Amino acid sequence: MANNNNQSIHLKKEILARIIEAFLSEDYPENTRLIPYDMRPKGAEVPYRCCVYKERAILKERVKSGLGFALEEDDERKLLSDYANEALERKKPDENPLTVLDAACAGCVPSRIYVTDLCQGCVARPCQTSCNFGAISMVDGKSKIDGSKCKSCKMCINACPYNAIVKLVVPCEDVCPVDAIQKSATGITRIDFEKCISCGKCVASCPFGAINEKSQIIDILKNIKDTKKKVIAMFAPSIVGQLPGTVYQLKTAIEKAGFDVVYEVAQGADITTLNEAAEFEERMAEGEPFMTTSCCAGYNQFVKKHMPEITPYKSTTETPLYYTAEIAKKEHPDSVTVFISPCVAKRKEAMENDNINYVMTYEELGALFIAKKIEITNCEEEKFEVESSKQGRNYGVTTGVAEAVRSVLKDKDSAKPHIINGLTKETIKDLEKFVKNKSCPGCNLVEVMCCEGGCIGGNATINIPRVARKQLKTLVDNSEDLKR
Amino acid sequence: MAKVNVKICMGTTCFVMGASQLQELIDIAKTRYGDDVEVAGCPCLDICSKNSEYSKAPYVDVNGSIISEATIDKVLYEIDRNLKNGK
Repeated sequence: MANNNNQSIHLKKEILARIIEAFLSEDYPENTRLIPYDMRPKGAEVPYRCCVYKERAILKERVKSGLGFALEEDDERKLLSDYANEALERKKPDENPLTVLDAACAGCVPSRIYVTDLCQGCVARPCQTSCNFGAISMVDGKSKIDGSKCKSCKMCINACPYNAIVKLVVPCEDVCPVDAIQKSATGITRIDFEKCISCGKCVASCPFGAINEKSQIIDILKNIKDTKKKVIAMFAPSIVGQLPGTVYQLKTAIEKAGFDVVYEVAQGADITTLNEAAEFEERMAEGEPFMTTSCCAGYNQFVKKHMPEITPYKSTTETPLYYTAEIAKKEHPDSVTVFISPCVAKRKEAMENDNINYVMTYEELGALFIAKKIEITNCEEEKFEVESSKQGRNYGVTTGVAEAVRSVLKDKDSAKPHIINGLTKETIKDLEKFVKNKSCPGCNLVEVMCCEGGCIGGNATINIPRVARKQLKTLVDNSEDLKR
Repeated sequence: MAKVNVKICMGTTCFVMGASQLQELIDIAKTRYGDDVEVAGCPCLDICSKNSEYSKAPYVDVNGSIISEATIDKVLYEIDRNLKNGK
């Protein structure tokens, strides 16, 4: 799993905090223009690139994506101050939430099995004998792989006693579960948005930080600044453990940051659980073989674009965010709603639902707290109007959704969960099999989480899942059971 | 031998910039050093606000010396150095 505290992510959060600081300052466009110079002043050390000029040029691009723009068709001659102003004019966010920063993309060598110089040209040649496709021959006393025959089965890698054969990977391509990553003629990554399910795995995996989210932070700040508008924050259950303090202190901190009302999306998760449990009982009574959950935005995009044939088995219950946003808009008509999200996939869900106006990731919320100097642990604890249940608050952890549904069934033993802990090329094959055979052997309730570990493994999380899970558990253990 | 005291800044800035993950040090240190080292989270050390340098967060205090851009490895190295010098 990607480390969510590596240096390229550190850099991203710093840039977001600086953009927000610029927005809050006396001169937003000018201070935005100066961000690359403030971060890499004259004579500063050059940590990553060849020279300070390239450092600044790439930082400028990162600021543009932070302002919400696509980098593929940007105008290099335009000043950041002009982009800053243009961001204020925008009526709604761009449709595709990801963008590639060409100058940062290393154009990694294509994925393949490769024989390194460590090859000793031995007599036994286990690589050759292990290859079932006749792809390995000896050239100048060393093993050579014929790319046209190689099936990347890795048998030769395991066979070589010198560990001389390696698999070269392109990280973004490697983690993409749906082959949406392509290479331009010059080897630079391009995202095929027809295929992309916006899961964000590529964002988290790229060691060069070349794949960026188009942030909506300026759009959100603009609405907060407009005192006539009521801005509502709805945060996902997986936020617990991502920031210091308790969930009740977090509510106060978010209000301090400028939001008028704060909802826990766990409140909507409780509705999802009850509806999904009823649906499950109905489907099983009708003799259906299995049902899959439907709360993960990445999975929902996946079904739509790549596996429509599983739709009849997918629960028609709406997501926790759907119900929460519906309640928020009903209780506060004419408000602007912002979902605080662990991942980029929810940006797509928001675009398809008029009740959700904007999405802000945990990283962006963290940057907002930094820029506004809000100490969460110093905030008062404030209760929610509706207190969410143990089960709703546990939605962000793998097995949490299936467990929630099971807990409210009339006959708890009737549910036999199968957990898809992360959508990968392998687990997609499992789903394909279930559809093809019209059965999920030994199970009838398939929980699908696009990210490993559940939402706490989302691309825009702050904490690592191991630590986050512990902190979330403390809240879950102290919450009340959901009643039907 | 003097005890090594490690304080991980749990202020919002440090937490967001990486201290969240440094909480693992609490368990790591217990297994590795037993009672010789005490690691705990602490309220904001107020370093980032003094020089308005959040780019160098997270900060960790090891026996009074401040580590910037702290990582688990950096902190463990500093603990080892202190243990060696304290003998």
